[in-house]
Amino acid sequence: MIDYSKLMNSKLCGIKPSGIRKFFDIANEMDHVISLSIGEPDFTTPWHVRQEGIEALRRGHTWYSPNSGFIELRKQISGYYARRFNVEYNPDHEVLVTVGGSEAIDLCIRAVVEEGDEVLIPQPAFVCYEPMTVMSGGKPVIIRTKSENEFRLTAAELEAAITPKTKLLILPFPNNPTGAVMRRQHLEEIAKVIEKHNILVLSDEIYGELTYGKERHVSFADIKGMKERTVVVGGFSKAYAMTGWRLGYALGPEPVISQMLKLHQYMIMSAPTPSQYAAIEALKHGDADIEHMREEYDIRRRFIVDSFCRMGLTCFEPEGAFYVFPSIQISGLSSEEFCEKLIYAQKVAIVPGNAFGECGEGFARVSYSYSLKHIQEAVERIERFLYESCGKSSS
Amino acid sequence: MNKLLDILSRNADFTTEQLAAMLGQTEDEVKKQIQAYKDQGIIKGSNTLINWDKVPGAGVMAIIELKVTPKPETGFDDIAKIVMSFENVESVYLAASSRYDLIATVRGETIQDVAEFVSKRLSTLDNVIGTATSFILTHYKSGGVPFCDSDEEEEQRSMIL
Repeated sequence: MIDYSKLMNSKLCGIKPSGIRKFFDIANEMDHVISLSIGEPDFTTPWHVRQEGIEALRRGHTWYSPNSGFIELRKQISGYYARRFNVEYNPDHEVLVTVGGSEAIDLCIRAVVEEGDEVLIPQPAFVCYEPMTVMSGGKPVIIRTKSENEFRLTAAELEAAITPKTKLLILPFPNNPTGAVMRRQHLEEIAKVIEKHNILVLSDEIYGELTYGKERHVSFADIKGMKERTVVVGGFSKAYAMTGWRLGYALGPEPVISQMLKLHQYMIMSAPTPSQYAAIEALKHGDADIEHMREEYDIRRRFIVDSFCRMGLTCFEPEGAFYVFPSIQISGLSSEEFCEKLIYAQKVAIVPGNAFGECGEGFARVSYSYSLKHIQEAVERIERFLYESCGKSSS
Repeated sequence: MNKLLDILSRNADFTTEQLAAMLGQTEDEVKKQIQAYKDQGIIKGSNTLINWDKVPGAGVMAIIELKVTPKPETGFDDIAKIVMSFENVESVYLAASSRYDLIATVRGETIQDVAEFVSKRLSTLDNVIGTATSFILTHYKSGGVPFCDSDEEEEQRSMIL
């Protein structure tokens, strides 16, 4: 008889499945559940972008593209980053089109990390960095960001975590799940530490366009001296509501991008061709779409933060992405207990904070990529839950 | 687009407190703005959106297009005001169309009621030189809200991580 346990990669077997799924799966089996758990835009891709994808298929553009993506798309990405975030990249050697931002993250980690190398991962954060590091033989070094710092990474926390084995810092801002944003002054503090060491930074800026308030997102590569030390990961999923098209990119120094390209060539060959045509249209004519969606998210964000604060689920004001990360301390429950009781008592699905790292304990991730009407109903149910099931007295 | 009007046009249920939070203004500012819109005739009220298709015995609805000869002084206004004055007329629009000038939506208990109303009340008005009646069979969407149980209402996104 075959013994799979001896055949399967032991590193892979040791990786825990993502904790985000659990409550979504429960929700799927119950009727009339309202979910605030999904992490992708509720908007459909703008029509003119979809049309370009359709047109590409109609014209028969069904072949592979060049490995690093069509040059027209790379030029557009380069122009876009210069236009919106003030950083210039050479489309010939410094831009790589990938299958979603996730592939770009994977490529970067694998291109850099070897057995025993340390990778600094601020948490709470998206769940992919740790397993990808482990699969490369690297050692994830978790930096716990704190709610009193609004979940930003501080220079002191970074400095304390760096050792001679450190090779890579993950900079996941705007942050999923906390909604934290690093403004220019915060990034400059981080840069002062980075420039003293020979380490690379993977700046995951997939939510860059979803930054609220007066100041726009600042790319870490825009901080003086940091471009040569940074691989920026971006994509079309969040900014243009194009998750299903699976298209992202990496921007960075030629010596890093060229190695990432080699990996990409062997494992993926090239990103989907029709998606690339659609993405060119998005970059050429999609700035207004970004603005429209951003404004809509902003209204929802203000609504949900205000509602949570009123009912005693305190949260710092998230300035990016489409998540709020309220403290559920008032309930006296653990994150998992809170989410489990909430789904059974009031049929609202949210994700426990500890799914994004142990330091997310005591919090929950609530997504507002849902219609206002949907959010309004969910918020009312959560409030009812606090009164009826957690014994919160009426304020 | 005015954000306050945009939110209210989608949902009139929000309290001024909630609206203030969404817009980053004080509640007082929002109240004043709403009052100003009411005074200017911009906010005309808020009705409940009802899917009459699901209410037994709720009657029928029709869209009536009217070809009208405008009056020298008042144009289409006079005739539009007369059409508006009938209780069973729900809305009246002046259209930029080569075929018809006014469009009215009309509600009645039966198809016969509506047909009779058109032939006896509307067609006979001075200056109305022709009508075309279309009876509504199904409401798919009204007031920005989908009325049919379409796929779009269902969550199509899945949890991927």
